Amino acid sequence: MNGKSKFKKIMSTRGMGAALTAFAGLVVIYVAFGLIQPQVFSMRNILNLLRSMSKYLLIGVGQSYLLITGNIDLSIGSVVAMSAMISATMMAAGINVLLAITVALICCLAIGLVNGILVGKFQLPPFIATMGTMFVGRGIAYMVNGNRNTNAIASGIGKEAADSFQNFFYYGSTAGVYNTFWIALILFLVFFFLISKTRTGRHIYAIGSNVDAAKLSGVSVVKTITKAYMISAFCAFVVGLILCAQAGMGNMEAGNMYEMYGVAAGVIGGVSPLGGTGMLLGTFAGAAVWQTLENGLSMAGAPVGIQRIVIGIIVMGAVLMDIIFRRGIGGRKVRKEK
Amino acid sequence: MNEVIVSMQKICKSFPGVKALDNVHFELRSGEVMALLGENGAGKSTLMKILSGVYTRDAGTMEIFGKPYGDLTPKQAQAVGVAIIHQELNMCRHLTVAENMFLGREKLKGFILSNAEMEREAARILGELKIDIDPRQVVGDLPVSKQQMVEIAKALSTNARILIMDEPTSALTSREIDDLFRIIHQLKANGCGIVYISHRLEELAHIVDRVTIMRDGQYITSMNFKDTTMDEIIANMVGREIKEKFPRAVCQKGKKIFEVKNLSAGRMVRDINFELYEGEIVGFAGLMGAGRTETTRAIFGIDPKTSGEIILDGKPVRITCPQDAIRAGIVLAPEDRKKDGLCTKLSIRHNIALPNLDLLCNQFGVVSTAKEEKMCGQAVSELKIKTPNVDVDAGNLSGGNQQKVVVGKWLARNSRVVMFDEPTRGIDVAAKVEIYNLMNQLKKQGIAVMFVSSEMPEVMGIADRIIVMCDGRITGEVMAEKTTQSEILTLATRFENKFEKAEGGTDK
Repeated sequence: MNGKSKFKKIMSTRGMGAALTAFAGLVVIYVAFGLIQPQVFSMRNILNLLRSMSKYLLIGVGQSYLLITGNIDLSIGSVVAMSAMISATMMAAGINVLLAITVALICCLAIGLVNGILVGKFQLPPFIATMGTMFVGRGIAYMVNGNRNTNAIASGIGKEAADSFQNFFYYGSTAGVYNTFWIALILFLVFFFLISKTRTGRHIYAIGSNVDAAKLSGVSVVKTITKAYMISAFCAFVVGLILCAQAGMGNMEAGNMYEMYGVAAGVIGGVSPLGGTGMLLGTFAGAAVWQTLENGLSMAGAPVGIQRIVIGIIVMGAVLMDIIFRRGIGGRKVRKEK
Repeated sequence: MNEVIVSMQKICKSFPGVKALDNVHFELRSGEVMALLGENGAGKSTLMKILSGVYTRDAGTMEIFGKPYGDLTPKQAQAVGVAIIHQELNMCRHLTVAENMFLGREKLKGFILSNAEMEREAARILGELKIDIDPRQVVGDLPVSKQQMVEIAKALSTNARILIMDEPTSALTSREIDDLFRIIHQLKANGCGIVYISHRLEELAHIVDRVTIMRDGQYITSMNFKDTTMDEIIANMVGREIKEKFPRAVCQKGKKIFEVKNLSAGRMVRDINFELYEGEIVGFAGLMGAGRTETTRAIFGIDPKTSGEIILDGKPVRITCPQDAIRAGIVLAPEDRKKDGLCTKLSIRHNIALPNLDLLCNQFGVVSTAKEEKMCGQAVSELKIKTPNVDVDAGNLSGGNQQKVVVGKWLARNSRVVMFDEPTRGIDVAAKVEIYNLMNQLKKQGIAVMFVSSEMPEVMGIADRIIVMCDGRITGEVMAEKTTQSEILTLATRFENKFEKAEGGTDK
């Protein structure tokens, strides 16, 4: 009895249905690719999959925070590049790793803060505000090292320090799984907890659902939206470090289009771009679906163009399905009678 | 008891271009229900939004429980003990009942939300008010009337001593209104002060102790409800005596224009049959949720029909979308003017032109400004829309004027059937009369008028024939002159009983 009611309670959680659907889709896609190309099932491939999906997971979590408030963050990709370029440039100049990371963090959070103030306080349309910071951020990433990618970080901080940095964020593993995935998983759990169990999280859903009602109930819209943008910038910052560690240097074009990958991960997982609904568990599934597709298609030998097309169709299909399920095909949903 | 708990003096407030409040006085005592009355745009809601911290005043003083306050925020007002139930529903549709009730003042354990505690507390408050709603239910899944009750429960859950209700009954059914009045009496007995804003004057007798009347942003008068009459109240509201509340036009009933046969569309529209004739207004009465709005939507082609035939001037017409209906000459002024009736961010001109662009464009699809000007000018002057010019955004008009724009959209066309769905909801007495006159004018022109309204006196006063619906079916038809309110109400509450359902239970 108790178990049953508990199950019912879990199923009635906001966005759970969509998240589980996305997981089901993930399993289907994964098995389908595995049948075509058995190597997909290999342990090595699974570990690689987990590592490469970590970037999309982090980006997706950040973007989902904004989508749930009914906003969007287009500056994510540029913040990724800023994080990679600032930290790599400093490391290549021989500055202490922790200091380099800290400076990069501060710069990235500053972008998040600016986004929050523009959208929350001055009520700029989020599309415009974050498009502005997108250009600014990318410009900063270009200027950091004078319009060039950085040298190898090992050239500045030395091979030993560079190795430990790169192992920590990308190449090393703990308990048999790459560190990258552990980092992403821990942050995912923290932000999942934050949005589903704390006051800030509740306010994020409320603002996405009805910003006027939230305001009149005494919710500080400015603060909450700023927090969401700073969380999104933080996630982008971590991804920047991961990319920097992977390449061993800073790349000005790092993170290009990542903001859209974040939207895709969220939307595939059932986060509504109109705000108010969605669950980070769905974003997890969405990021995994994305990575599985990329991985599976390339292992099956499909050219990059095909990969893009398939992914585009999947995103449209996910939203279409959501709309059809919610409304019933070809008509208004008739309100359930009691 | 009976001491002054709110005193607002010389309050002024301006919005760009409008002086909303001009030296207004307001006083509320503990243990009383104060009706705040006035036409739309009189400044009632603005005054109460200042008291509850939504707006800040430009000038004037404000004392609550004897303490002077400057500018309040909604949160501060709540802390002082002021709660407001807003006119528009202000709920987060995606959140649950309990989450909505505690929004902005969530209960925490450490820094983790304590859902169990909030749900328990919400259930207790709902129970005390005898409102039968599960606190874990998502608000968007509740019918509007239940959402309204949640809003009331939310306001009460703040332990408010001063409660402002802005049109609380507009979305409630009569049984729920009874519940609300019971709650109000209970609060009054506990020494709360209640400000009650409503356009439904007939409600006042049940609960009100005193009235304050406002007009055009100014304070007019306050009086004890017992010492006054409805006529005096109305006269003060409009600044002139209204002789006849319901002007009726006498016309000869002509030939049949419009016929609906066996129309069905979902559970709320089941086997509807009726006819409309030249020279008559047909009222559609019923309780909230009787299926009248759904019927108009099905006829107009918004919702899909499962069966049925629509016949206009003897010829069957096929309507699968609103364009079909408009082309045939069947138009609808919908219930929710802000949501369905108007593009609030567009000007009056663009709103009126929108459904008539086929008439206004030349063969290349270019809109003729001259024709547009003429059409809008005509609508504005015929309907007496109060506006400086036609380029004002429709959203900036008062409710009554917005309604006129909704109607104005259709007048420019040679329509045969005009359906009005609750055209007078939330608009003031004078604007109501103008809407009635307009319907009478259509009737005289030989246009079939279908008039859906939940206000019984209005249906009886304006319509010639009244069709009553209940639970998605037509339960009776009466002549307005011969019927009584109780007869209509009997028909409106004629629900199918279980036995009938078991026998004919095919329509599930």
